[in-house]
Amino acid sequence: MTDTPANDVAARAEDRSAALVRKRYRAERRFRMYGLAAIMAALGMLTVLLFSIVSSGLPAFTTTQVALNLTFDAGDIDPDGSTDPAKLASGNYRGALLKSLRAEFPGAETRKGRRDAINMISNEVTFVMRDMVLADPSIIGTTQRVWVKSSADIDQLAKGSIDRALPESDRRVNNRQLGWFEKLEREDRVKTTFNTTFFTTADSREPEQAGILGAVVGSALTLLITLLLSFPVGVMSAVYLEEFAPKNRWTDVIEVNINNLAAVPSIVFGLLGLAVFLNFFALPRSAPVVGGMVLALMTLPTIIIASRAALKAVPPSIREAALGMGASRLQTVTHHVLPLAMPGILTGTIIGMAQALGETAPLLMIGMVAFIVDIPQSFTDPATVLPVQVFLWADAPERAFVERTSAAIMVLLTFLIMMNLFAVLLRKKFERRW
Amino acid sequence: MNSLILIAVLLVLSAIGYQMGRKRALAGTGGQIKGLHSLPSYYGSYVALWCALPALLVIAFWLALQSGIVDSLLISGLPASVQALSEGQLNLLLSDIRNLAAGDITSKTPDPMVQAAAERYNDLRSTGFAAMVVVGLALGIGGLTIGWRAINPSFRARPRVEKIVHWVLILASAIAVLTTIGIVLSLLFESIRFFNRVPPAEFLFGLNWSPQTALRADQVGATGAFGAIPIFAGTFLITIIAMLVAVPIGLFSAIYMAEYASPRFRAIVKPILEILAGIPTVVYGFFAALTIAPLFRGFGESVGLDVASESALAAGVVMGLMIIPFVSSLSDDVINAVPQSLRDGSFAMGATHSETIKQVIIPAALPGIVGSVLLATSRAIGETMIVVMAAGLAANLTANPFEAVTTVTVQIVTLLVGDQEFDSSKTLAAFALGLVLFVITLCLNVVALTVVRKYREKYD
Repeated sequence: MTDTPANDVAARAEDRSAALVRKRYRAERRFRMYGLAAIMAALGMLTVLLFSIVSSGLPAFTTTQVALNLTFDAGDIDPDGSTDPAKLASGNYRGALLKSLRAEFPGAETRKGRRDAINMISNEVTFVMRDMVLADPSIIGTTQRVWVKSSADIDQLAKGSIDRALPESDRRVNNRQLGWFEKLEREDRVKTTFNTTFFTTADSREPEQAGILGAVVGSALTLLITLLLSFPVGVMSAVYLEEFAPKNRWTDVIEVNINNLAAVPSIVFGLLGLAVFLNFFALPRSAPVVGGMVLALMTLPTIIIASRAALKAVPPSIREAALGMGASRLQTVTHHVLPLAMPGILTGTIIGMAQALGETAPLLMIGMVAFIVDIPQSFTDPATVLPVQVFLWADAPERAFVERTSAAIMVLLTFLIMMNLFAVLLRKKFERRW
Repeated sequence: MNSLILIAVLLVLSAIGYQMGRKRALAGTGGQIKGLHSLPSYYGSYVALWCALPALLVIAFWLALQSGIVDSLLISGLPASVQALSEGQLNLLLSDIRNLAAGDITSKTPDPMVQAAAERYNDLRSTGFAAMVVVGLALGIGGLTIGWRAINPSFRARPRVEKIVHWVLILASAIAVLTTIGIVLSLLFESIRFFNRVPPAEFLFGLNWSPQTALRADQVGATGAFGAIPIFAGTFLITIIAMLVAVPIGLFSAIYMAEYASPRFRAIVKPILEILAGIPTVVYGFFAALTIAPLFRGFGESVGLDVASESALAAGVVMGLMIIPFVSSLSDDVINAVPQSLRDGSFAMGATHSETIKQVIIPAALPGIVGSVLLATSRAIGETMIVVMAAGLAANLTANPFEAVTTVTVQIVTLLVGDQEFDSSKTLAAFALGLVLFVITLCLNVVALTVVRKYREKYD
């Protein structure tokens, strides 16, 4: 029993070291949890972002139609009974529509009532009536039941975005309109259809007539210019730097310069476009050709860096074999190295194009924020692009534009995801390990 | 569109030249390839290049300079009384003339002078275009002839063609440098014009920003104040908030990814995190304005805080979310580059994994991590759409994240979007701000890239 004290000390030391180890392991687990929590926080925010966009954007893909009995009053549309198309086209369709609405909605006789009635439906209905008459003049004088597009407010009401229980003063649809709408609902004259307008028209002040086709076409024209300029220039400059350039100060300058250019804020490229392309060369404002050139300068570094990496990955043995067979340096590159590097180059190009597709700020600088109701036909027509359309709609006060903004974002994200998926597939299919 | 047809014609011409060059070379040896110096395709390419290159270059210059030259010709043809007008009025008149020439509606009923000018404008344009067609086609055909005549079997076609291609390649790689020069020069020139009106000291150290300049000379209190300190402070505040979100989340995810995650987890989660970097910034802006800002506002109200609906906090947090992948993927690379021997040494001394990370790996990777944070900061400073959509316009000098502040990029956009004279102090101020933005981000990038490169060399 002489060694008891010593045992005691050892036991206590063991106790303390076991506690210390436990503490250290707890710290270890805690640290690990922090890491996991950080990742989960990022993923969570991404989920919230996508969920909020999708949930607010989905309603925009449907639209509400109501069945109205439209009277094609001969007195308004064709007062002299000539059935001449030129005269028919300029008939008083608004008058005919108002008469039909008066018959349809009790209480639409007063000035205010008339305004309420006209606000029930989209203001394109007069054009629909004109087109119907022009297609078939024999309907003049008859009453037809026609499914017409409701106004954006009624559309919101039908989708439940406007709360019917709210007091009238807080609601964009007043009690009279609500009454009319509920009557239509009871008579089964309200239906929800797929919103084709959204995909077939350009921008409009009226939410129910606004579409993204104009912006999609504008984006396509702009990206085409970007691709035509940045792909050849980017690949050629990568080939020069990787395969031909001597190692000297000049090529060092180019290299540092490209790396820095890749990190210049995109809005600075917009300032460059404004000062050089618009003010110095006096090119047209808002045109896809100028937007394409600005975006080409912006994506150039991305393409050069990706292309150089792809060229670098081709093993020197390929070059040596070609040179050994008597090929010139240019032949070596164009016949052997470039084809082998092409999948990598294309992947980099697609990623660069996806970046350009999502870019907004530089295009604001060169005037691509104009309100444009026509679908652009050529590279010099005024146009807007998808992200700028999102920006414009996000500023619009109408509730109906909120869902259209989200829907436009969904379309934009779909294009981006498709481009990135294509890039990934390309890489998977052609990736070679030497 | 017509110039596109001209270009297409030239390309067809050079394709014909290619065939002609080939034929002529082969004809010289009676169809025997072995009698030629180069492969027949090089003779063809030589002729095609002679045909296309000079003509296309001239057309490109012509198109770039045409509208400016036509405008100055038009102005010099106008009556002297009109030429004496101020620049703004002259521009208005010019756009009237252009609209009339294109058959569009003008701002008022055209007077005969404008009508005549519009006709003259159309005349000048069609003459210009005809001249361009003639010159382009003449150059094309002339080049084709020169190239074609040079060809004989002993002609060294391949070295010539390769020399031309070599110069084209050099030209292509010079475009990146030209872009930088273009950026610097355009920012510098406009900024110098701005600093001629507003002294640099007032711009850099002034505390009052209200860029409204007078439309009329007799307007009260609208001379404009261009003290940019509130804007710099706002940018700084939002960037700090963004980094406070992005650095911890990005760094911890990078550590977890590099040190703890199984390859499977990594393969799934890493691409998903990278999605954050691929989402267009306008989407983040919309998200910040639509979801996050009202959320913070509602939360602030419920605890009795006054949160502005365009608070710096909302813009900063969403910007931080966008920047996470920049921090995490670069730091991930850097942590992976730390040699395994350092980890093994630490484990052998009995350290736990987290102790190894904290005491060995992070210090070893610190320069790289700092570099990645600097790069992310430069992203945050230059980011435009999130702040345009979610931050305010008023230049408040405040450190309170619940108030609305404005940033350099927001001001550039608001100063330049919309119609205004190009050379007012207001639009020039945007270029001065752009110059500041460019210089700051450039410095951050250069420092960050140097640090990262030094660090890579250390462990290579």
